[in-house]
Amino acid sequence: MSTVKYEVSQRLGPLEKPPITKTQLVMYSGASGDFNPIHTVEEFAQQAGLGGVIAHGMLTMAFVGQMLTDILGVDGDLHKFGVRFAGMVRPGDVITCEGEVKEVREENGRQIVTADIWAATQKQEKVVVGEAVFSVPAA
Amino acid sequence: MGAAERYRPFVGQKSSPVKNEVEKGAIRKFADAIGDRNPLYRDEDYAKTTRYGKIIAPPTFSRTFDFGKVPNFELPAAGLIHANQEFEYFRPIYAGDVVYCTNQLVDAFEKTGKLGTMTFLVFEQVVADEAGTPYLKQRSTIIYRGE
Repeated sequence: MSTVKYEVSQRLGPLEKPPITKTQLVMYSGASGDFNPIHTVEEFAQQAGLGGVIAHGMLTMAFVGQMLTDILGVDGDLHKFGVRFAGMVRPGDVITCEGEVKEVREENGRQIVTADIWAATQKQEKVVVGEAVFSVPAA
Repeated sequence: MGAAERYRPFVGQKSSPVKNEVEKGAIRKFADAIGDRNPLYRDEDYAKTTRYGKIIAPPTFSRTFDFGKVPNFELPAAGLIHANQEFEYFRPIYAGDVVYCTNQLVDAFEKTGKLGTMTFLVFEQVVADEAGTPYLKQRSTIIYRGE
């Protein structure tokens, strides 16, 4: 894999995911063990005042994780990854993950990169906002 | 008495380590659910050609583990909001690894705002090997509205 030289203000991504489906929420419930019915049972989510099922926050965070691991390839290491869940995601929403480099330093032949990261819906609403620290070989 | 006061005595308390086996099928199903086609999560032959040598787990896969419960600590089943999630990674988790997971309540506090009083519970969870050497740490902030 070719080595990228990271610079401050450099954009990461975008990774645009296919529209979220109710089937995907069922799959994620099964794969993650999070069976909270607000994610899968329409009547329950309606009664909870949510106006219908909402996606697991961790599903959107996993999409951001995919954007990061796509960038990292097999030579990079993810060191830290944290987010705040800022909005609700619903079936049909199209999530796009992006980031922007804040700081780059070199240490032991590797670039240590700190970046803002986020995921937004098709309405440009940021639903996940956070920060990641990763390293890749020096360019 | 507010909920935070009720929970504060549990701050610092930890679950006993729970043994979890990292199955390659579970990793593949998790990757399928998030729609990530990365061959590192599903193709052993490909993984052998990389520095990993084996199938690894995606960054948020550790959330699927059983971390156990802080003794005698009960949370309401409904009305919880996952507000914040952080991971700190020390080394990869491989398919076939046997990991030991612990859950600790590290903070409990209240904030009053427009929506009334909210209780914030912060959990720190560690994934380690049998010797106690960590793979990663995760921190979750859960908001609970109500008494």
